[in-house]
Parts: sequence; C-alpha cells; structure tokens
Amino acid sequence: MAAGRAEAEACVGQVVLPGDVLLLPARTDEERLRLGAGAGGRLLCGPGLRRCAAGLLVTKCGLLRHRQAGGAAAGGAYWVDSQQKRYVPVKGDYVIGIVTAKAGDVFKLDVGGSEQASLSYLAFEGTTKRNRPNVQVGDLIYGRFLVANKDMEPEMVCIDGNGRSSGMGIIGQDGFLFKVSLGLIRKLLAPKCEIIQELSQLYPFELVLGMNGRIWIKAKTVQQTLIIVNILEACEYMTAEQRKQALAKLSGN
Amino acid sequence: MKATPVSNCERRFLLRAIEERKRLDGRQCYDYRNVRISFGTDYGCCIVELGKTRVLGQVSCELVPPKPNRPTEGILFFNVELSPMAAPGFEPGRQSDLLVKLNRLIERCLRNSKCVDTESLCVVAGEKVWQIRLDLHVLNHDGNIIDAASIAGIVALCHFRRPDVSVQGEEVTVYTPEERDPVPLSIHHMPICVSFAFFQQGTYLLVDPSEREECVMDGVLVIAMNKHREICTIQSSGGIMLVKDQVLRCSKITAVKVAEMTELIQKALENDQKVRKEGGKFGFAESIPNQKITAFKMGSAAVDTNNVEEQAEEIIAKADPPSEVFAKPILHTPGTAQIGEGIENSWGDLEESEREEAAEEEGESEATAFECQTVETEETSTMSETKKDEPIVLSDSEEEEVVILEPQELPKKTRTQTNSKQENTSKKAFNKRRKKKRAA
Repeated sequence: MAAGRAEAEACVGQVVLPGDVLLLPARTDEERLRLGAGAGGRLLCGPGLRRCAAGLLVTKCGLLRHRQAGGAAAGGAYWVDSQQKRYVPVKGDYVIGIVTAKAGDVFKLDVGGSEQASLSYLAFEGTTKRNRPNVQVGDLIYGRFLVANKDMEPEMVCIDGNGRSSGMGIIGQDGFLFKVSLGLIRKLLAPKCEIIQELSQLYPFELVLGMNGRIWIKAKTVQQTLIIVNILEACEYMTAEQRKQALAKLSGN
Repeated sequence: MKATPVSNCERRFLLRAIEERKRLDGRQCYDYRNVRISFGTDYGCCIVELGKTRVLGQVSCELVPPKPNRPTEGILFFNVELSPMAAPGFEPGRQSDLLVKLNRLIERCLRNSKCVDTESLCVVAGEKVWQIRLDLHVLNHDGNIIDAASIAGIVALCHFRRPDVSVQGEEVTVYTPEERDPVPLSIHHMPICVSFAFFQQGTYLLVDPSEREECVMDGVLVIAMNKHREICTIQSSGGIMLVKDQVLRCSKITAVKVAEMTELIQKALENDQKVRKEGGKFGFAESIPNQKITAFKMGSAAVDTNNVEEQAEEIIAKADPPSEVFAKPILHTPGTAQIGEGIENSWGDLEESEREEAAEEEGESEATAFECQTVETEETSTMSETKKDEPIVLSDSEEEEVVILEPQELPKKTRTQTNSKQENTSKKAFNKRRKKKRAA
C-alpha cells in the first residue's frame, strides 16, 4: 500500500488509487515473437489506466478488473471500475442527446459533456438533401459518437456502418428523461441485467439507456412511469434484497 | 458551463403529471420536502437542507462607525452567493438575474421587516455600532433556493451570539467569549419565505418546486410571513396573472407552512442549545452523517403505488353520470365563452368559511376553484369551451386535457364529496354554503 507499486494480477478486485503503478509480467522478446498475432497478443488497457514504462498507471480510483484472454480477442484486458456522474464523450458510445440548436446543416446536441456534439441532418436513415428529418429544438436523439476526442467537438451519427439506423434516431414525444450515475448505466446495460428483468415483470415499458447517464422511460400512464423512474434512481442505493422487496410490494398491490 | 436544457419530452411529461396532481417525488401539491437544520461549532453558522437543496448561512459582526443619517442604529448587511458547485449554470463573478432577485428578496424579507432590532446594536451613539453581516452560500441547487436561503438566514441570525460590551462613561470594553458569555441578537420575529410555482397560466400551483418543476413553471409567487400571520414581503415574478382568490389562498397556505417551519426552527435551536450546555459534541462533524457512496442511503419517495388498472375500472364504474346542470356555454365574443354564472364578491365571507376548512379539504376546494377559474379567465383556453356533459374518457392523448376526477390517493370520504361537488363546480357560492352546513 505504501509503495504504490504492485503486481497487476495481485490487485484485481481491489481498490486502486490514481498514481498507483501496476507491474505487468515482463515478457521476453522471444515470447512476443512466438505468440505473434495469436492468443495472448496485445493486452488491452481499459478506462482508468494508462501505459507507462513499468506497466500500467492508474488514473482513476476504483476497483481493478481483469478479463482473461479469450478466443479471438486480445490477450486479456485490465480496467478500473469507477463511479462518476460526469460524462466524457468516448468514440463509439451510444448516448441520448438533447437538441439545442439547428445551425444550417447541422444540429447541435447537448450530451452532458464539456462541448456540444454536432449531428448532421444527413446522418439519419433514409434522409436526403430533399428529405430532411423532422427534428425540433428540445427533441431527444439516440445516437453514437463517430468522433470524440479531447481536441475537437464530438460528432454524432444516428446511422451505423451499413447505413441502417439500428435503433438510433429521434426518440418519441412522450415518456420521461432523467439522469443517473454512469456506473448504474453500465450495470443496466450488462447482459441479463436482473433489474431490467424484474422491472419488465411489473409493467410493460420502453427504455432507452444512454451512456452519458441519461435514461428515457415510457410506460402507459404517468403513474407507472413515475414508479419506474423512482425505482431506477433508487437502484443505485438499494441492495438486491431491498430491490426485490420493493418490487414485491409493488406487484403485490 | 451551460445549464442542461430542458427537453420537450420532460416538459410535456411534467406538465401532464402536474395536471394529474402527481409530482416526481410523490409529494402532494402543498407538501414541503424534508427540512434538516444543522449547526456548526461557531455561533451563527448553520446549514439548511430542503430536500437536496443546501444553503449555508454564516453571521459575523464587527464594530464600525454608524451611518451618518442613523447614528443610533446598527448596520445589517446581507449577501447571497450562488456557488458554482450548486449548479452547472452558476458561474462565479457573474451577476445573473437570479442572484439579483435572491439578494433583493432576502434583503426585503429580513431588513425591511425589521426582524432584527437594530437599536440594540448601538454601542456608542454616533461612533460605534455593531455591523451584522449575513452571508448565504448556496451549496446545492435542487429547486426552491429562496425558501432554503430565507430559513438559513433567519436560523443563522437567531443562532448567532455577539460579544458582550459594556460602556462606562468614555470607556468601552468589548469582552471576549472567555470573559463573558456572548449575547444573542434581539430578534422580534422570524420571517420565512414560501414559494408557490404556477403552471398552465395559473391553473395549477405547487408549493416548494423542485429543480425540474422550476424549469417548466410559468411563474413564482413568494410570500414571506412570520408565525403571527404578518406578511413581510410578497413578490410575484414570471409575468403570470393571478386572481385575488389565488393570492389569498396562497397566503393562507403560507400561514400554515410558516407555523410548522417556525416550530421546527425553534426545536432545532433548542436542541443545539441543550447540547452545548451539557457539554456534548456539536458542530457539523456530528450532525452531518458520513455520506459515503456505498452507504446505500436515500430518502424514501412516497410514490403512490396503488394498482392503476383496477382502480381505473372501479372509478369508471362508480362515477356519477355527468350532470346536466352545466348549461350551454354563453359566447360573449368569438374566443370568449363562459359556463355557469359568476360569483358574487365574497371577501367578507371568505375568511370565515376558509377557517372552518381543514388543510385536507383545501385540496378539493382548490380543484373546484381551478375549474371555476379556467372558466372565468378570458383566455381562449380549450377548457372553457369543453362541454362538461361529454362522457368521461380517460385517455392518454394530450389534445384533450380532460381532468375529471380527483386522484386516487384521496380517502374515500372526500371522494364522495368531490363527486357531488362536481355537479356544482360553477356555483362557488353554493359550495361555500355547503361547507358551512357541514361544519355546523
């Protein structure tokens, strides 16, 4: 603890602080040549970590996680599971943006970052110069980042690589938008998330999760929407048992 | 930084929810959020938490020469600051409208009401008086900064102790706290601000708006009152047009809220006094609990979780058929219609009848009164044109804003009253008579 230098494997699952250096097992040149592009190739350095001379430098405080090398993926990945509410745009993230301005050919969206993102009106499925999308100031848009780095304003698109929308685009008029922490969003986006499964047994609802901490919910009535909003906001602070109790009370009613 | 804009979707949802008398955190229309008052180790330092809105108040004093035109009075100085940590839209050093408005309100509330006795702050007439300085820092903005700031201000002033002073002829001795116990300020009364947010051109009103509700409100009415039911300051902003009934009703609600708040403040001050006297631990370290992110703590939100579907069918089954009392609307000019007849001026009757009502019943009278007012306003709102003898349709569409029945959470007793009242909503005077009969 005092030195701040430790083996990476030893720290998995423990709290690491910014400034800690995680030593990676030294690889000889021969090993690297032999392994080549196959399994055990490049080690992925995830969010919260940076490469440094000795190994990995921690830049965020949180729990260190590790994923084993598997299949065609790169040789293992390390990252730091941290909790924060402020979003920093990252390329490839799917986010919910609020349209703040229409400037010529481009919409300006607020995504919760330091800069407003720009979205071209041609970046929707099925739009052409003649056929413009029907977007007003104040509308919600679900899209992903095409360009997001610290030097430029981020750019968003509502279209995937093949030109199809695949779920992105303008979010409907009803429903409610609210903000939660980024950690909760990641938890909800995990495959087979318990929270979402349990909630779906309560009432039917539509849900859009943006990686910038924004969630859009639409249920049949205002009351149902409010209940789901409150449960999701409380999920940050509830243990699994408390959540099950709360949901049991609701469905029992 | 720029504040996050309000999306159309949120705005629409909030307005719809308000029309259905639902708030995001499950409060009723007239409910305040939880108020927590905690004191620091120094006298005159306190933090007031109104839900998640936090305001820090700090009072300090200094001996200064008095103002030339008021040689025997002390000086009061008020300062409100919006810290950038309160909201992303607050920037340091920028005189925003909100800041100016807050400063003016706090000054009017605390200075013009003469709640602090300035004559007692005089030490040597014409030469030395106490200058009392109140600083209010907004630490977190989750709506209704005005109320939180006014509570923090008056609590800090009540909590503050100034050094004791003795004058012997020409000599003035200021004693340190060790030599002689510091002396409290002389406070006549405690003015507290209560904010009312108005929506849909004054149709709906909410007490203690949260931040989201403030973003979609039309305007706000702030009434500062003390527990003796004296209005110290009243301000309406946002350009809403208020009917006198609404203003009177708001002042009555304020009286109730201020009484509760004053009681809470007294209790908090007494507790702190007791702890200090007994030599226990006091200060922020004790009163503000350890708030870790892993502490799994969140105030429970009282969201109404009654089964919606069953209740809806119940209501449709139980609902009286709409009455025929509502005559055809009288068309004055194109765009102005009136349903039912106007009421006579009941200024004299109002006080008597309102006093008989409990706070609960105010909710219904408000509902009925709203329908009266929408009828009487001259705006071309669709509501005034809606024929009330259409079948009751519970629909989700926003085009017909049909608010027929009271929300489900009212107890059974009041529901029957509501149904019968609905037959005669236009005859407000009749309602008054009905209420008098019940009370008698």
